[in-house]
Amino acid sequence: MTVTAHTGAALALGDDALVLSHRLGEWAGHAPVLEEEVALANIALDLLGQARVLLSMAGDEDELAYLREERAFRNLQLVEQPGGDFAHTIARQLYFSTYQRLLYTQLAAQEGAFAGLAAKAVKEVAYHQDHAEQWTLRLGDGTAQSHERMRRACEALWRFTGEMFQPIEGVEVDWAGLQTAWLESVSDTLRRATLEVPEGPRSGAWAAGAGRQGLHTEPFGRMLAEMQHLHRSHPGASW
Amino acid sequence: MVEGDRMAPAAAHRTASVDGAVPEADTAVYEAVFNAAVAADERIEPRDWMPDAYRSTLVRQIAQHAHSEIIGMQPEANWISRAPSLRRKAILMAKVQDEAGHGLYLYSAVETLGVSREELLDKLHTGRQKYSSIFNYPTLTWADVGAIGWLVDGAAITNQVPLCRCSYGPYARAMVRVCKEESFHQRQGYELLLALSQGTPEQHAMAQDAVDRWWWPSLMMFGPPDDESAHSAQSMAWKIKRHSNDELRQRFIDICVPQAKSLNLTLPDPDLRWNEERGHYDFGPIDWAEFREVIKGNGPCNEQRISQRRKAHDEGAWVREAAAAYAAKHNGATGAAVEPSADTADMNGKA
Repeated sequence: MTVTAHTGAALALGDDALVLSHRLGEWAGHAPVLEEEVALANIALDLLGQARVLLSMAGDEDELAYLREERAFRNLQLVEQPGGDFAHTIARQLYFSTYQRLLYTQLAAQEGAFAGLAAKAVKEVAYHQDHAEQWTLRLGDGTAQSHERMRRACEALWRFTGEMFQPIEGVEVDWAGLQTAWLESVSDTLRRATLEVPEGPRSGAWAAGAGRQGLHTEPFGRMLAEMQHLHRSHPGASW
Repeated sequence: MVEGDRMAPAAAHRTASVDGAVPEADTAVYEAVFNAAVAADERIEPRDWMPDAYRSTLVRQIAQHAHSEIIGMQPEANWISRAPSLRRKAILMAKVQDEAGHGLYLYSAVETLGVSREELLDKLHTGRQKYSSIFNYPTLTWADVGAIGWLVDGAAITNQVPLCRCSYGPYARAMVRVCKEESFHQRQGYELLLALSQGTPEQHAMAQDAVDRWWWPSLMMFGPPDDESAHSAQSMAWKIKRHSNDELRQRFIDICVPQAKSLNLTLPDPDLRWNEERGHYDFGPIDWAEFREVIKGNGPCNEQRISQRRKAHDEGAWVREAAAAYAAKHNGATGAAVEPSADTADMNGKA
């Protein structure tokens, strides 16, 4: 596969959706309430659908999902972070769905290769964002315990949010504007949820880069080991 | 569901809605009206008078069914993270989601009988209500996902299609939706096994092994033989149940044998052969001792399934409390998904 700007961009967006879908799928059978079993699976399925379209733009979806090594994945580190409690999942959903909605809104308004997918996905993502915001309000402004858990989750994931606004080659959007709009939207939700906007840095200090450069966090390798194991155990088989 | 053709007895038993204690003399009248409605194949609705035993039988059965849906998510969710293609992953995730949805419809159906979801979950978590024993078997390979779809969902459909005509309206209507989705799952399971069966020798062996392990437990899903079934006769009289355990089991076997042949897989029963005279397949003895042991709690996964369920519930308590606290603060104006509280459950009336 030759990585052109177009395939590189499809991989970046597709890997975000694929990896987050996988992480959300881990909730199946473990959610705090039956309605959330349905909701989280629904979001995971939307993301998986997006991932399949995007990866197929770059090559064979299964080869790309199951046969790439960790360093070849282009997803954000944010989406690969392991589960944590429900507050971590909601904080991650808030950060990511807000980003994805803003990004896809811009893409949907363009002529480019991603316009069709973005136009369809942005409707799904609007629901994901609403779900995340509604839960952020409930956890932030619920009980003392839920407030504390949500505060910790928002802070823990804050340092993975800067990476979202590094331009992706082949995705022509107003990245600075995206960042401003994201900060505004997330800050507003956090304030309404009686939570502080975290103050820490929004990216790591390591100059080697991050997810978009194929540099991931330790738990991601184990996630891929689990995801790819069966497929890789039967080379060439069809399923 | 259109119910325009309701006959006279329904109108009568509908007026018998219970606001308080019913004088004993009236009970006999109400019961006669109820029996006439059942005999006329009419639907009994939540506000209608019904015998206490009818109500408690329904609560037991629908709750067990709801519990089976949510426990049944576990063995299949076990493979979501390892599904070998993205298409299969999407199908499996959607299926597990459907089961959560079935759980929701069914818990709602029980709530129409005056028992809250919270109470039912508590009974599940403390072992006072059961779920289908089939889910106490483990999913050891990917092919198990296919075998569950083909056999377990196939058996469930055989059991459940007649429930679409069950005398209790909310249950019957829930089952119409459930059955549509289940038949989808059954076909997906069959198709998964077919892909394996036509695949590499290792994939074929994986499919055969799964069918070998799931065949007998699937036959046990129809419950004990008719002469040993504790609840069957009364349930048939009330038209909660329409066919006997043995009838349904035979129907299922007759459907599966030719399907197994199309799959190029064998069923692990040397006694399985067509009986021209009966017009059915004969089959070998079922190991009811295993069935009873698994029900008693000695199946391979009983402990694991209930522990995971309790853990999810306990670890989610703070989330449910947060949602309730938020709703109380904000006057419940913006409703997120929250379990019904004990208060709302009480409003549904007591059994």
